[in-house]
Amino acid sequence: MTDQSTSASLALPASAGLPGRRVRARRKKPASRKWLFVLPALLVSLCVVLIPVITTTLLAFTDWNGFSMPRWVGLSNFVAIMQEARFWQAFQNNCIYTFLFATVPMIGSLFAAVLLMTVRKGRTFFQVVYFLPVTIATVILAQIWRSMIFSPTSGVVGWLQSVGIPVDNPLVSPDTSLLGVLFVDMWSWWGYLTVIYFAALRQVDRSLIEAALVDGASRWQTFRHILLPTILPTVMFMLLMSIIWSFKVFDWIYVLTAGGPGFSSEVLATLAYKTAFQSFEVGRASAYSLSMSLVGLVAIVIYLRLQARREKA
Amino acid sequence: MELGKNLPARLFVYALLGAAAFSVAFPLALMVLNSLRSNFDVLLSPLGWPSEPDWSVFARVWSEAQLGRAMANSLMIAVGTVLIVCTISSMAAWAIARKDVPGWMVISLYFLATTTIPIQMFMFPLYFLLAQLSLINSPIAVIMIYSAIFTPFSLFLLRAYVLDIPMELEEAARIDGASDLRVFTNVIVPLISPGLLTVALIVCLNVWNEFLISITFLQNAESATATARFYQLTGRYGNNLADLMAVATIIALPTVIFFVLVQRRFIEGVSAGAVKG
Repeated sequence: MTDQSTSASLALPASAGLPGRRVRARRKKPASRKWLFVLPALLVSLCVVLIPVITTTLLAFTDWNGFSMPRWVGLSNFVAIMQEARFWQAFQNNCIYTFLFATVPMIGSLFAAVLLMTVRKGRTFFQVVYFLPVTIATVILAQIWRSMIFSPTSGVVGWLQSVGIPVDNPLVSPDTSLLGVLFVDMWSWWGYLTVIYFAALRQVDRSLIEAALVDGASRWQTFRHILLPTILPTVMFMLLMSIIWSFKVFDWIYVLTAGGPGFSSEVLATLAYKTAFQSFEVGRASAYSLSMSLVGLVAIVIYLRLQARREKA
Repeated sequence: MELGKNLPARLFVYALLGAAAFSVAFPLALMVLNSLRSNFDVLLSPLGWPSEPDWSVFARVWSEAQLGRAMANSLMIAVGTVLIVCTISSMAAWAIARKDVPGWMVISLYFLATTTIPIQMFMFPLYFLLAQLSLINSPIAVIMIYSAIFTPFSLFLLRAYVLDIPMELEEAARIDGASDLRVFTNVIVPLISPGLLTVALIVCLNVWNEFLISITFLQNAESATATARFYQLTGRYGNNLADLMAVATIIALPTVIFFVLVQRRFIEGVSAGAVKG
């Protein structure tokens, strides 16, 4: 969740044209030294991100335990992981997780945001409460759910069992472990989406809404034809971010189930991490990371395409 | 859009909103309430009310678990990261927003791409390099990693603020003979300071709560941040859940108080990017 609350505008300017001649002529100073201002940010990013990303890409073609000399093995890491049941299991889990994470909270949060629009008192209060989980560390929230709610000995589930209600800890069954983690993640996340959708809805021109209602449009029609089209860019943007973020999911899985039982809740992020730091097969771990990154890149390329088309239209 | 005088409908909406608020607050309440009960009571049922609240638990786990040290580490790393991120990203945001740098489009796309890359794509080489250099458990290394991670987002956020500044202001300063650096410090920085404050808030919160980097690069009790410390302690307090919840409450409290105090600014900052985008 590191970057769950960091939804900066990723919108790039529509016109990427060169600076016009007039601008250039007007400026008296010849050689601008502005590139010096980008340099520190670029240097930090280069050392921490770009060079290590290139290294990881190269490592994916080697056999390396982290300490000895890496040995070039060509494509054999990729061939090996393609034949692994746990890789496909993790990949499938990632897809299920991302699909549900991107759709279910979106619908619920839109509904909640519209409900907030209909009330006058308590808007701030509800927003603050809904937003609270985002301000608390995932490792803490995960631990509360694990020990205070899902645990059959100390949690609410155990208490329900003791009064005769047949519920089970979802995290210990291979059939439900992934959904159990996903539920907790969505619980912590929907309020954030609600706050953002509510902010977007409030930008909609009030007179438009009132005119529609006066003209006899139902609330659903007003939402469908006036509110939804206006906030669609926000919805699409949050959809993209949800896909990118949830495909990288690590914290919730690692703390709640560590990928288990078996590999039933394993995802590529936990698989890569465990392969690198528990079995020290860094080459293979890099191959997992690489396959995971490609999905995020594909998502952003599709988004930029769509945005470019929208700006042209 | 408001429901006006339709009382049953209004009550129904409030019931729904209230139920949602309850479902969010309930697990958090379990954390606070159970930290005040004895472990024996917690194991009997997590749902009891702390009839004899044991407030001393906080002081006890504070020293037992070395939480003071951990919170100081978190604070130091958060402040260090905020200072670096604000400095380097505001400078870059200005240059990129004014398109004064050759290849500004490529640079923007590069920073955009880094926001989609999973941490597992660059942490392994960093980890084994830092291990070779005996720099695991070094707060400086972690500050640099966080700075790189949070720079792109704040760059794009600040870029929007720079775009709102009229060029005439900069040109006026230049005619008076100001250098690039002077224009930046005397014209740009004061005008984007609301943006810088938003960046500082969001970065602070995210650094405090960050998990993956901190558990990997800060492995001992002396260097651990609050969240890394909590993770280290889950094993030790595994069968004393009351104490574990007390530790959780102590670590969660600063960010929650911080958020409630600045909630308006925070919610605006968080939604501004997405709503504009």
